[in-house]
Amino acid sequence: MTELLTVENLHVVFQTYAGTVYAVNGMTFSVQPGEIFGLVGESGCGKSVACLAILRILPGHGRITAGRVLFDGHDLTQAKESEMQAIRGRQIAMIFQDPSTSLNPVFTVGSQIKRIIRHHTQASRQATEQRALELLDEVALPDPPRIMQAYPHELSGGMQQRVMIAMALASGARLLIADEPTTALDVTIQNQILELLVELRRHVGLSILLITHNLGVVAETCDRVGVAYAGQIVEIGPTSEVLHTMKHPYTQGLLAALPSAQQKGRDLLSIPGSVPNGLSVIPGCPFHPRCPHVMEVCRQTPPRLTAVNPGEAQHQVACYLYSPETAQ
Amino acid sequence: MQGAPGIEVSPFVEPAPAATYSEWRLIWRSFRQDKLALIGLAIILVFILGAAFAPLLTPYPEQGRGDPNILEKFKPPSAAHPLGTDYLGRDVLARVLYGGRSSLSMGFLVVVIAVLIGVPLGAIAGYLGGWVDEIIMRATDVFMAFPSLLLALAIASALGAGFTNTMIAIAVTWWPWYTRLVRSQTLSLRERFFVEAARSIGLPGHKIVLTHVLPNVMTPVWVQATLDLGSAILISAALNFVGLGVQPPAADWGNMVSQGRLYFIDRPWFAGAAGAAIFLTVLAFNFIGDALRDAADPYLRRT
Amino acid sequence: MSDQILLETRRLSKYFHPRRGLLSSKTGTVRALEDVNLTIYRQETLGVVGESGCGKTTLGRVLLNLVKPTSGQVIFEGQDLSSLERDALRRLRREMQIVFQNPYSSFDPRFSMFRSLAEPLTTHTNLRGAALEQRTRQLVRQVGMPEDALSRYPHEFSGGQLQRLAIARALALNPKFIVLDEPTSALDVSVQAQILNLLRNLQRHFKLTYLFISHDLSVVQYISDRIAVMYLGKVVELIAAPSLVEGQAQHPYTRALLSAIPEVHPEDKRERIVMPSKAPDAARPPSGCSFHPRCPFAMEICAQVEPPLEQISAEHWSACHLIHQSLQN
Repeated sequence: MTELLTVENLHVVFQTYAGTVYAVNGMTFSVQPGEIFGLVGESGCGKSVACLAILRILPGHGRITAGRVLFDGHDLTQAKESEMQAIRGRQIAMIFQDPSTSLNPVFTVGSQIKRIIRHHTQASRQATEQRALELLDEVALPDPPRIMQAYPHELSGGMQQRVMIAMALASGARLLIADEPTTALDVTIQNQILELLVELRRHVGLSILLITHNLGVVAETCDRVGVAYAGQIVEIGPTSEVLHTMKHPYTQGLLAALPSAQQKGRDLLSIPGSVPNGLSVIPGCPFHPRCPHVMEVCRQTPPRLTAVNPGEAQHQVACYLYSPETAQ
Repeated sequence: MQGAPGIEVSPFVEPAPAATYSEWRLIWRSFRQDKLALIGLAIILVFILGAAFAPLLTPYPEQGRGDPNILEKFKPPSAAHPLGTDYLGRDVLARVLYGGRSSLSMGFLVVVIAVLIGVPLGAIAGYLGGWVDEIIMRATDVFMAFPSLLLALAIASALGAGFTNTMIAIAVTWWPWYTRLVRSQTLSLRERFFVEAARSIGLPGHKIVLTHVLPNVMTPVWVQATLDLGSAILISAALNFVGLGVQPPAADWGNMVSQGRLYFIDRPWFAGAAGAAIFLTVLAFNFIGDALRDAADPYLRRT
Repeated sequence: MSDQILLETRRLSKYFHPRRGLLSSKTGTVRALEDVNLTIYRQETLGVVGESGCGKTTLGRVLLNLVKPTSGQVIFEGQDLSSLERDALRRLRREMQIVFQNPYSSFDPRFSMFRSLAEPLTTHTNLRGAALEQRTRQLVRQVGMPEDALSRYPHEFSGGQLQRLAIARALALNPKFIVLDEPTSALDVSVQAQILNLLRNLQRHFKLTYLFISHDLSVVQYISDRIAVMYLGKVVELIAAPSLVEGQAQHPYTRALLSAIPEVHPEDKRERIVMPSKAPDAARPPSGCSFHPRCPFAMEICAQVEPPLEQISAEHWSACHLIHQSLQN
């Protein structure tokens, strides 16, 4: 299978008052055609920054210092700005946590969608109208003709997010980057948006890079998942394997920290300390200061992603507990 | 780590976030990179020191205070009189230095009074809301709807000309801007939980405003006040120009321009010197204010 | 029995009238709370769960008298808060505290931690000088922070650390009752676990009573003894947490909320209830049962008659016409 998007050894730094922030430190993952890939991690793990870097829309004080971003075999880090403009929106669309800030408040939903359709196809007026209605229907918005006439503020957050997804589809994008698309929404609405994403993958063949902090969201939507910590992927593989037979102590800690009915009356297991702030590069494994299984080698050399089972190359973990040289 | 008896406390190890800076230190770090602002600061310092030490800096302090010296009148700039003399033969440099005492202190006092009236009213309006807010804000509307120069003229002519009355007249037209600014800042502050936290521990309202609200709304007020210093000096010069400010023979940059305008074509130095003083101070305060505004805004702050 | 009750509300209502100016007339009434009757027992954790705009945050504010109710009573240890004089109310503030959702804005950025933690103490007690310092040091230790935190400023702490310190401030006056308004929703999972553990330890040690407000049913399920589910300003179901876990929730809204939690192990998920996405408008609540336009089991009666909150079993109340259906069958 050829990957649609491959991020290889990506490094991103920010210059701030406090010093250089190492936000992404050698992140590697890929998204295959028609797949939903989840990038999961806590705040400051570099997951959102990595996505901004893919589209090269980092804020002014951030820059990519190393690595490649291959989209269809084409390295986006080397692309000219004019080429990037053709790729953003047309090939790769992005939706954010707060849909209300992504929609223009002074135009109707219909005119915003139609503008995108006309920009990407040279369809007639009538065909454009038709296509817009189809798209709104496709994202399961009730009464598309009425929604076309509505202004963004007249729609609820969930409906606005559906409109954002319809606009991503309108551009004919092949990859949708969804950065915490449901975090601002109520749980019942979140559920519906996630179902819509799964549905679109199935019917339209859309590839989705889903960024989230919520392991439940990953479990219910993603085919594969990468767990990010301190700007690196520490574990990656098919969702069910990563979440059921998690190997990395960080993944294990994250899952154990989730409150659940079964844990009731008992203390939750928590990872001591908190996520590193990125102001220095932690030598060795980035998780070693918080890891219960830390060994001498962990403090010295960063572990590399290696297959958990020699026969099964999909599920990989970056941890010396599982590498043949150090595992006793 | 030792917790209270009976409480298990999980050891909490966490690296302290890296060096952080207080707000004013960050502002200064950004400010000092702005060349124009530093030039502005230098100009203002020169004028202030000049006004403060005027008696020591000029050989003619009595002329600066207004004593005529008719024999020397209309002398062009020379070694004895670097900026020439005026229509009563007074040394123009001495007049500019002494005039600065009036103009600068009028500007400062106007802004101080406007801040003292406007800031508390804004904080009260924003914090209490409701009908108190309505009344205060409608009052600001009324004051803002008046052309400020005209209102100042009216007040000054009703109370009579003179330094104090002119100052009061300008300040009265000025405070509503601070009320508006502080009110909007207070409203956004009220959304922050620490104000609610203070209410929840039962801190009385006036203490909340004094300890939690006011200190947190003052940064934009200082920025605005700096920008306003220039404008206040300009307006006070205008009122002095039409004869409402300090009365001759005392010097003010505004009345110097007024007196000099009749002779400007042939003897430009003496109105020109006062005009230049006004121009430079206003420009300097604008440089400083602009830089402060950029420095206080985290998005515009220079790295 | 009655001395086990710490706090009670009787027909508590709060209406907001948005956008009312001097000359403009009111544009509508938002019923943030309507006829809420709740009983909170000593040393329990009552969870309040619901989606945005359901009135759960207003409930916490009204209980602490930070917002005055439109009608109804809050009775704390037998005293009706609305009947109290200002000074008596201020004294009562010692007994009831609040921890907010966003730890980053919970502290005055210009105050050192010592000043922030000392503020409730200097307001209500005569502690000064060394005794005051002693007490603040004890407070930070109790929440698992080092004592040197006292000399630092809010921006020097992480979200989890600030929430610990906010809890320390809430504990300063030895309150009996603490409203926890989404205390972990701004925090990462691993930090959330630390805070939840801390809250449980403190409750045991200081015999605290909590009102735990959250939109996250899995957190509420974990920490609460009983759970009140709110929808458009009303409590629609009140249920003991173990019964909820066992799947005994009766109200379709509660069941929909449960089924919507994204689970890490989706295969052991119960039923799935799909609701139409039509968002409720708090200014124009529907007739009858306010949930009926989104309810998959809506009957004719639901659009006409509002179901009262009725007792099903000892610790289980629900406001739904289906109760009678299932009782008849």
